[in-house]
Amino acid sequence: MAIEPRGRVQIDPNECKGCGLCIDACPPRCLVFEAELSPYGVHPARYVGSGCTGCGICFYVCPEPGAITVYRVSPPPKVISATEAGRAATL
Amino acid sequence: MRQLCKGNVAVIQGALLAGCQAYYGYPITPASEIAEAAAFYLPQVGGVFLQAESEVAAINMVYGAASAGQRVMTASSGPGISLMQEGLSYLAGAELPCVVVDVVRGGPGLGNIAPEQSDYFALVKGGGHGNYRNLVLAPASVQEMADLTMLAFELADRYRNPAVLLTDGFIGQMMEPLELRARITPPPEKPWAVRGTAATRKNLITSIHLEPDALEAHIRKLEAKYREAQQREPRHELYLAEDAEVLLVGYGIVSRVLRSAAEQAREQGLRVGLFRPITLWPFPAQALREAARDVRAVLVVEMSTGQMVEDVRLALREQVPVHFYSRVGGNVPLVEEVNAKMFELVETAVH
Amino acid sequence: MAEYEVVHSKSPVFYPVYERKADLQHQTHYCPGCGHGVVHKLIAETIADLDLQDRTIFVSPVGCSVFAYYYFDVGNVQAAHGRASAVATALKRACPESIVIAYQGDGDLAAIGTAEIVHAANRGEPITVFFINNAIYGMTGGQMAPTTLVGQTTTTTPWGRRPENEGFPLRVCELLATLEAPVYIERVALSDNKNIMKARKAIRKALELQRDGAGFSLVEILSPCPTIWKMTPTEARDWVAEHMIRNFPLGVFRDRKVKMPESSRPPRRTVAEVLGLADAPAEAETPATRSADAREWKIKIAGFGGQGVLLLGQILAEMGMREGKEVSWLPSYGPEMRSGSAHCHVCLSSKRIGSPLIEHPNVLVAMNEISLRKFAPSVVPGGMILYNRRTVPADVEIPNVRVFAIPASELADQLGAAKVGNIVMLGALLELTGALSSATAETVLQGTVKNSDLLALDLQALHAGRDYVRQLPLEAR
Repeated sequence: MAIEPRGRVQIDPNECKGCGLCIDACPPRCLVFEAELSPYGVHPARYVGSGCTGCGICFYVCPEPGAITVYRVSPPPKVISATEAGRAATL
Repeated sequence: MRQLCKGNVAVIQGALLAGCQAYYGYPITPASEIAEAAAFYLPQVGGVFLQAESEVAAINMVYGAASAGQRVMTASSGPGISLMQEGLSYLAGAELPCVVVDVVRGGPGLGNIAPEQSDYFALVKGGGHGNYRNLVLAPASVQEMADLTMLAFELADRYRNPAVLLTDGFIGQMMEPLELRARITPPPEKPWAVRGTAATRKNLITSIHLEPDALEAHIRKLEAKYREAQQREPRHELYLAEDAEVLLVGYGIVSRVLRSAAEQAREQGLRVGLFRPITLWPFPAQALREAARDVRAVLVVEMSTGQMVEDVRLALREQVPVHFYSRVGGNVPLVEEVNAKMFELVETAVH
Repeated sequence: MAEYEVVHSKSPVFYPVYERKADLQHQTHYCPGCGHGVVHKLIAETIADLDLQDRTIFVSPVGCSVFAYYYFDVGNVQAAHGRASAVATALKRACPESIVIAYQGDGDLAAIGTAEIVHAANRGEPITVFFINNAIYGMTGGQMAPTTLVGQTTTTTPWGRRPENEGFPLRVCELLATLEAPVYIERVALSDNKNIMKARKAIRKALELQRDGAGFSLVEILSPCPTIWKMTPTEARDWVAEHMIRNFPLGVFRDRKVKMPESSRPPRRTVAEVLGLADAPAEAETPATRSADAREWKIKIAGFGGQGVLLLGQILAEMGMREGKEVSWLPSYGPEMRSGSAHCHVCLSSKRIGSPLIEHPNVLVAMNEISLRKFAPSVVPGGMILYNRRTVPADVEIPNVRVFAIPASELADQLGAAKVGNIVMLGALLELTGALSSATAETVLQGTVKNSDLLALDLQALHAGRDYVRQLPLEAR
């Protein structure tokens, strides 16, 4: 039985520098290095396509302003603000 | 209304009339009365006065205030000006207007606190790094300390560049009648400034241009500005120069001595005139060439071992012999010394 | 199919495209895994959340973050190395409504800019400083920073930082926390998810404090520099956790309201008012008593500090001005002034004055014997000397110069105030020279001396000097 999806992460391969911090930090471990080299000659991070909880940790550890966009399933029972995401990440 | 005023105080009175909004400085003899006057006046009229922790901090505060579009100034003397040179380079590079007053004292090093003119190279020729110029004015009286401060603010804004008053301990410390125009100039609009508003959000103040082509374009832009200043801004004063056989050239306090020397020499039968540069950069070279057209000799007198004399020689080339007389270390050339030198020149030229 | 909404994306406080950057305009110039990008994002997020984008002025330093203005869509000012907090000081004072951020690295803030940060903090400038500490000079290729750890190898500490040669790492938060004025100082680290979130909180708090006008705030952020440390981004992150935090303990070093004590405030007036232009009477343009005296006076006054030498000169100059003359007053100044001897030059003329420096006075006022001996030989033939004694030393003889012994100090003592000796001398000088009128002297004294007892004394002194001269035998005049 498929797990109900809670979040989704999108990584821009033209912005990602392949540092891997998001891959290391992701709690459900749903990010990997892309096998293919990007035009910059690095292996960018890639979402495996499932398992994302939308917690936002990858976003905060990523040094690039726009490389990662995090989505959550909508409508959630309550509006999740950035502050709460932060708190969730702290826990 | 005429009032008896100290040169250093006149600077701030002129600055207030020019709409100066902020002063950041650090005390040093013989310039401290400028900071003291700023501390007294500016807070009363809603301006900012801050005694910084150093001249380095002061000139960078000037950079900050100028970035926000304020009419801002500082003042110091040789040793402090040395510390400000980096900041002047940044101000010129970032095209920020400001006014800096150097009340020159004896150098090098700690030197002494008596008047000298040995900072000419440091301010007229640069001093900081890179391709830039300061607009340099040389007041010779208390009245000019005020008037040229006002002009300096205007020129600084017109060219978006630091303007400097190069003066000395005597002009700073002496008192003379000062007449202030009761006209207060509102500072001009500065749409390029960064003020923390929606309208100025897109603005950037910087002096860094990483790409060689970009920096070259920027330097050429500055160069064009400086060329325009060279066309429009040279200022000078002539005294008894019409029929002169010998032309004296000096600025600031020296020009005052030379004025007396010219008068005295004429009493003794030698036709002597005076050429006084008011702007040291741009140097009034063309006017000097014209003034020296029919003279037999030019005598440059400075309180340095020979700095402005290079610009005089550059202006006159082979046109007429250029001689030099100087006193340094805080000594001011005496009228009788100058005259002795002049008569010696004339004797040599005749025989 | 589930519907998704964006919860974290590029902040609108960053430019969509980095047009100020020459190429790769959708990437920062920072290395993979660099802490700067993380801090930039935390700052941008806070600026957006607090709705401060239009009000923010971001001061970028020299160091890797010199180009922060490529990214932040706010007002940007780039500062010289180490001077961001000085520049920020003046920006905030010029624009008190703005939010001023100084962003500085360890070399910038804690080496070359140590003085500026300490004094900005000490003045309590209501700015926010974000201090990125990565224990190394990144931009210049890996030289020692003031925060480089003991033993840490850099290109300028090839054997590791040795305290005996380079001293110990500088702890900025601890240092600044000794000051009175700062309201908030905290050190955080980009060492793991949890600490990044603490950094986020600290950055937010600092900017909220500035928004609320609280005072100086600084957040130090221990930050990885994988490239220069020669580590992978994850190794670098772990090195922050294992090594940097041990040397730079995390925590809040200052978090309190600071109430500035009440102090006297300057009055608020207009420029015309402070310069006395507002109420200047029109008749002041023409002197009340125009001097008919066309002679040129070159007066040198010399004596000992405290004898009122400089003031006497100023009074003469002021009088000359009021009588429509050209005047100049030139003092000896500086240490000379403090070390005892003092002199000044006063020129009074009907023409524009050339040199204010008097080589050969036609009047010398010598308030003591040293001054008499020093300057008497310079007096021009036909000139006069006023000497502050009953008798002139027998060996002082100047051909063609009249020497008057005026016991000014003695007469002042008789009036009960030694300090008015200079005014006694003034009375004598006016009587002997006729250069200026005694009435003008009284007007000037009335204008300068506000205390009525002192004024009465000065006027007595003035008359005493005049009367002393008048009683001299004619041949002595």
